[in-house]
Amino acid sequence: MVGPLKLADQPQPTYPTDAQPERCDPVDLLPYILQALSPANLGLALAGVVIGTIIGALPGLSATMAVAVLVPFTFGMNPASGLIALGAIYTGAIYGGSFSAILVNTPGTPSSIATTFDGFPMARRGDGNLAVTLATLASVIGGIVGALFLLFLSPPLSMVALAFGPPEYFWLAVFGLTLISALSVGNLLKGLIGACFGLFLATIGVAIVGGDTRFTLDSPFLLGGVDVIAALIGLYCIPVIIDLVATPDPHLRVALQDGGFRLGEAAALCRRSWFNLLRSSVIGTLVGILPGAGGSIASLVAYSEARRSARHPERFGTGEPDGVLATESANNATVGGGFIPTLVLGIPGTPPDAVILGALLVQGIRTGPGLFTGQGDIVYTFIFGLLVATLLMLPVGLLIGRYAYQAIIAVPKAVLVPSVAFLTVIGSFAVHNNPDDVTMMFALGVIGWILNRFGFAPSPIVLGIILGPIAEQGFVQAWLIGSAQNNLLGMFFGRPISATIAALALLTLVYPLIVGAIGKRKTSTQEMPHEG
Amino acid sequence: MRLTAIAVVLAVLASPAAAFPTKDVDYIIPFAPGGESDIAARLQQPIFHDQTGKQLIVKYQAGAGGAQAWSQLNKMPADGHTIVGVNLPHIILQPMQGNVGYETDDLTPVFWFHYTPDAILVPVNSELKTLKDLIEFARKNPGALTFSGSGSNSANHLAHQRFDKLAGVKTTYVPFGGTAPSVTAILGNQVKASFGYSTVASTQGDKVRMLAVASDERLPSFPDVPTFKENGIDLVGGAYRGVGVPKGTPEDTRKQVSDAFGKINSDPKLIKTMNDGGFVVINVPYEKMGEFMAKRKQEISETAQDMGIKKK
Repeated sequence: MVGPLKLADQPQPTYPTDAQPERCDPVDLLPYILQALSPANLGLALAGVVIGTIIGALPGLSATMAVAVLVPFTFGMNPASGLIALGAIYTGAIYGGSFSAILVNTPGTPSSIATTFDGFPMARRGDGNLAVTLATLASVIGGIVGALFLLFLSPPLSMVALAFGPPEYFWLAVFGLTLISALSVGNLLKGLIGACFGLFLATIGVAIVGGDTRFTLDSPFLLGGVDVIAALIGLYCIPVIIDLVATPDPHLRVALQDGGFRLGEAAALCRRSWFNLLRSSVIGTLVGILPGAGGSIASLVAYSEARRSARHPERFGTGEPDGVLATESANNATVGGGFIPTLVLGIPGTPPDAVILGALLVQGIRTGPGLFTGQGDIVYTFIFGLLVATLLMLPVGLLIGRYAYQAIIAVPKAVLVPSVAFLTVIGSFAVHNNPDDVTMMFALGVIGWILNRFGFAPSPIVLGIILGPIAEQGFVQAWLIGSAQNNLLGMFFGRPISATIAALALLTLVYPLIVGAIGKRKTSTQEMPHEG
Repeated sequence: MRLTAIAVVLAVLASPAAAFPTKDVDYIIPFAPGGESDIAARLQQPIFHDQTGKQLIVKYQAGAGGAQAWSQLNKMPADGHTIVGVNLPHIILQPMQGNVGYETDDLTPVFWFHYTPDAILVPVNSELKTLKDLIEFARKNPGALTFSGSGSNSANHLAHQRFDKLAGVKTTYVPFGGTAPSVTAILGNQVKASFGYSTVASTQGDKVRMLAVASDERLPSFPDVPTFKENGIDLVGGAYRGVGVPKGTPEDTRKQVSDAFGKINSDPKLIKTMNDGGFVVINVPYEKMGEFMAKRKQEISETAQDMGIKKK
């Protein structure tokens, strides 16, 4: 069916690794656009987006899982259609995660953690429908920006993935950790303690680098460590459930305000914040290219940049539309960004890409720079299919979002609470088909609820769990390589990208102090940006 | 037609055990989707269906480098319709490192279907053109040659340790969180070389150069890449993949599962895909399992001792 590329069975020419395939003439792209718009491919894109959005909206059912479960159905399709279906599910799932983040303060996928910061406060003051519409528009814009980068700049941008070595990942993780201080204006200490707790949780289990067994109490149960998804569900969902049960009102405490989609208002906000959207989408694309980073880091970085450059940074965390726009455009931009190393280098940019890469191999497609020229029909049809699917998120998302919003408000708590509780169990079990993860989820949930009472937010803890391993691995690898080269200092501080990220981290760290000083002058005290 | 009917009757009479498969088979992959174990299963899926009319249902139970699933294997239904992917050196190495919830002998591998040979890879523009260059560089600069590899105490780590010992050199092993980041590290020139598998050379095409491969003979898809043996280094091995069943599975059923996978493994299209991808197809059926496992156990535990992994 598809002739695999010639394998390396001849003496290999030593042309530089950044040799680029020929540019593609825009006119040549027309047939692929038409192919992507064929009824079958349109149908697959639509179905994929709907399924993905619903799965993504359910906490615990992640984009990786959605793609993995549906991969076998694509084996019977032609490669381009199969890829379109998988790409649509993937982008839909990343977008769907924003619904639960906004409406019940529980990120549906790790990519939406930062969406809870402003999305949920918006929902609480009655702007839930506006927040959902903003998330939809931002996701579509971010997705399009990511896909356009994928279409036009893949081969050169894939070099970004290669420029990132261990010290860069170490500093990126440190940068992410300093965000905790930025997110905890007025409560730096509690934020840092929460992050340390998260870092500690991340060390449990067998260390990937070094192979030591840590804090397992000699029980196989803890060997696998604390799963991020299980922690996410436990720390965010369980406190919400407990609080819902503990308060007497029969419905969610969300002020109802009927205004339909509020599409016009949302579009106006987007127009006003076009630069924020663009910057966040570019950040999302770049972070998506880095294997080992992903949507959660992309949206956090975009959020912090949006906040830093905002005219009213103190509004972030209290329901600022720009916060939702930043995180949701960034995480959907990682979809297109993640496909860049996947298709050009054969290195998955994000976990769902790993699954899609496997599917490509089964289909008999070899990735690499030659893919764009040798099998351009598949790649370009797929990229246009991804663009179509991203556009379809607009109507699909608005409809699903509207019903989700109404349903969550209308459903009495006696129904809502058991449903959410049921989903937490399903979600944490589904990660590894392992009941131990459910136990872990409940345990962390109770701990998270208690910590919440004392003012510790779940986000720093989850950030610690996500960033801890990246920082640790990067540090140990950089240390080993630096020692071997007798250049330890140069390894950590002498590389331009490292130094830049380290400087950004430093800036983020001192930022709350500056804000605090200005805040005092204005005599306006800010509350914790985010409460569980 | 009649012959088949007679054969079926005879088969039923001959073995009191139930036929296999009588229903769809759950195939547990102890790793995350997208890995090589998953890809192998995905390639076997359609062939199993063609040959038996039943489905092979892939389920993922990743965690603790596979230990999560392997520690639960013996609690699963033992009628041959629940099978689990098994991997070497994992199932020998892990129990040596401490309590992982199972011992090597608790697992019952019934068939090994392929292995991915260890290989040394360098970026295509590296000044190290041959294995000889690499060894010479390592001799002149002890400890300075960095190798990326997937994880600590893994197949790559083991291969690196054996290579250093056999070649009499000292090099630095830098563990990464999987094959993908390990490959990224050589493509980005973060490390000088990588201990990986022949499959990496297949997926990366002309961006990496494979200096030597740890197979008995040169690979059909890489006729120009010498084996370690040709260079006087007795390094043969890699990551083996197969299937196992719960302990309670009757002898006859174990053999039936083994036969079913032997039949899948003889599919010419599968063999071609495997060869193209850099896998080496092998057939180790249930009857030869004892001998095969004893040899691997000796080999792996020797190296593990050199690495300082001891049974606690």
